[in-house]
Amino acid sequence: MYSQGLIGADTTTEETEEFLAAFQARIDREEKIEPNDPMPAAYRKTLIRQIGQHAHSEIVGMLPEGNWITRAPSLRRKLALLAKVQDEGGHGLYLYSAAETLGVSREQMTEELLCGKAKYSSIFNYPTPTWADIGAIGWLVDGAAIMNQVPLCRCSFGPYARAMVRICKEESFHQRQGYELMMALAKGTPEQKEMAQDALNRWWWPSLMMFGPSDSDSSHSDQSMKWKIKRFSNDELRQKFVDATVPQAELIGLTMPDPDLKWNAQKNNGQGGYDFGEIDWSEFWRVVKGGGPMNKDRISARQKAWDDGAWVREAALAHAEKRRTRAQAATLEAAE
Amino acid sequence: MSTQHMPLWEVFIRPRTGLHHKHVGSIHASDAEMALQAARDVYTRREEGNSIWVVPSKDIIASDPDKAAENFDPAGDKVYRHPSFYDIPDEVGHM
Repeated sequence: MYSQGLIGADTTTEETEEFLAAFQARIDREEKIEPNDPMPAAYRKTLIRQIGQHAHSEIVGMLPEGNWITRAPSLRRKLALLAKVQDEGGHGLYLYSAAETLGVSREQMTEELLCGKAKYSSIFNYPTPTWADIGAIGWLVDGAAIMNQVPLCRCSFGPYARAMVRICKEESFHQRQGYELMMALAKGTPEQKEMAQDALNRWWWPSLMMFGPSDSDSSHSDQSMKWKIKRFSNDELRQKFVDATVPQAELIGLTMPDPDLKWNAQKNNGQGGYDFGEIDWSEFWRVVKGGGPMNKDRISARQKAWDDGAWVREAALAHAEKRRTRAQAATLEAAE
Repeated sequence: MSTQHMPLWEVFIRPRTGLHHKHVGSIHASDAEMALQAARDVYTRREEGNSIWVVPSKDIIASDPDKAAENFDPAGDKVYRHPSFYDIPDEVGHM
């Protein structure tokens, strides 16, 4: 994305102390870093990893919701879900393009996803057994994603920041349609309300885990904050999400599955906020490392899509080549 | 996996008639026709425009960021190119 000439270009840098200090000074002045600018190899590597993971999450994230498109209970819900899943695909493409400006190819990123080297958000390794899960994903998963993504609109790397501006604009409908769906179920029959509560029970804790490990255990945080790739720590964003979401649940008569959740007027420098229970980090790490209920299904679905599409990609390239040689021959003939 | 890379295209969109086409991002496609189709699907889902250009990324010639200073700084001290440089009495009114 955003005009490069970079792929194949020499991106090696001589990282003297002066070079690193000059780079940090640019960051501190809030200058955006653009693809062809000199940058430390570690900055490039961090961004390739982060933007790649982000792109993969959008693409894999289409799977749990895509599961319900054919069974949406009304045309209105079906239209919304189709549009949302299509958006996720678009978001994946914006992000892959942003990562490609750093010199990594789309094919390489796809291979790393399929072989398990690249990660994606572990939230998508949970199943969607009921229709209420679609509401819970929009409300909680997209809600948590927005919390993470809004500060990324000010990320120091230009192409990533610009992609995020576009994504955030589109994302807010995702959360609203999810909450509206949950609200409808919560106001419905006792069975419908129970279904909504059950989905909330299953998605609440994994949503809190989406912000990543606690600040004290996060390996990438400090340097990313210094480089202004991240603007807030994992724990700060998680707290903002809890504070924003708990009242939304109360409003529609649903209960967070956390007995330790309670208002604390001292929190957030006296502005007040919610204390919440301990997150089960062993579950988080188990799912990240491939032990979630759907890890195998997700990757095999991506592998199948990639394999099944291979002949289409090859045919399209062969067709383009054939047309190009024919057009060249016709031009030569006309010139004679 | 296919060893041949799908070509990259830069996408420009005109939001409405009367405005410039503006760069919005890029897309992979085998040829111009598919690039236009993909650009429409990816970049105009919410009435973002009424016209699309796609250009093979390899055909874009960009200025060298290392030469940004020598290219663009010389304009920095030429304040006399701007109207506010000239002192005109208030009585003249709008000019």
